[in-house]
Amino acid sequence: MKIQILGSGCARCNQLRENAEAAARELGLQYEIEKITDFREIARMGALVTPALAVDGKLKLVGKVAGPEEIKPLLEAS
Amino acid sequence: MPSVFTPYEVFARWAVERVFGLDPATRLGSSLEFFFYDVPKVLTLLVAVSFVVGTLQTWLQPEAVRRILGGRRLFFGNIAAALIGIFTPFCSCSAVPLFIGFLKGGVPLGVTFSYLISAPMVNEVAVALLWGLFGWKTALTYIGFGVALAIAGGVVIGLLKLEKWVEPFVWEVPAGAGELESMPLRARLREGWRSTREIIGKVWPYIVGGIAAGAFIHGYVPADLVMRWAGPDNPFAVPVAVILGVPLYANIAGVLPITEALAGKGMPLGTVLAFTMAVTALSAPEMIILRNVLRPPLLAVFIGVMTAGIIAVGYLFNFVL
Repeated sequence: MKIQILGSGCARCNQLRENAEAAARELGLQYEIEKITDFREIARMGALVTPALAVDGKLKLVGKVAGPEEIKPLLEAS
Repeated sequence: MPSVFTPYEVFARWAVERVFGLDPATRLGSSLEFFFYDVPKVLTLLVAVSFVVGTLQTWLQPEAVRRILGGRRLFFGNIAAALIGIFTPFCSCSAVPLFIGFLKGGVPLGVTFSYLISAPMVNEVAVALLWGLFGWKTALTYIGFGVALAIAGGVVIGLLKLEKWVEPFVWEVPAGAGELESMPLRARLREGWRSTREIIGKVWPYIVGGIAAGAFIHGYVPADLVMRWAGPDNPFAVPVAVILGVPLYANIAGVLPITEALAGKGMPLGTVLAFTMAVTALSAPEMIILRNVLRPPLLAVFIGVMTAGIIAVGYLFNFVL
């Protein structure tokens, strides 16, 4: 699966990426990380605030740095 | 007179006299008392305000705000946008996607601006600090003037019909719609606590550093020096405070305690309010980010309207009220 982190490379986005990777590793998922920094793309995907997390183009989480435990069910459901 | 803050006074007095063995009437003693009174008090208030706002904002996620404001008319839309902005946090890193998303969701340009002004200006850090350092009346005055300015600024931009100065690509982006998540109350409270931890974790060094600097001014800087530069007799104090405030983005937590110490030595409150508004609403990084979606004339109108409004608030408060 493709885990996408939406945001302009701020500290909170990096934290979200680390948490998402930790969640994916603990679940033993095959994944790749994509950072989406272009705000046109961010708007197109429907995120109004960053950081946001999407899986395979579908928005899962908007505007908060969720912890690994909170991200796991989002990844499992995808 | 005992108040909710009496325990903090007792603690500060105890720390100075018993722990440091100093007389609070000495310079060092009065600086330390200032420090040990303000730090716990401001941090407590910040936790309380952040938690309340952090919980309330779960009902006002940007997607929900967009639906509330979509298709609203001038005036009523601006009032709603400015009021909602009180309860929603704002990071300048989100300004652009939010701007595009609102316009594409049918929120009028002027209404969008009311929100873009109110959300960063009336934020939990500024309100908690003003409350802790200057009292709840000052905090409420700040919120009131902030909302009024957000309404007025948005209405002016709306009436001028400046849509032509929005970067054309904004209208062409096919903006997707997000989903509204429903949450049980427990989850909302957890969310409030999370955002509180995030805010405190980010700003506490600024608060401690700022209060330390304020404590130094409190004990060591003579009042006539402050009166000469920032006192009510200097008619340029307000605009100068506004200009100084613009590059200080995100350091409101570190800067306000210093202004408190200056206010204690004669700087008028209107100057404090104008300065705080300039720091929160006219930040240089946000202007640079907004340049991505606003063509220069619209950005100039926005900055001009805000600067004039903030200076007017400062003068109004200092010389009329």
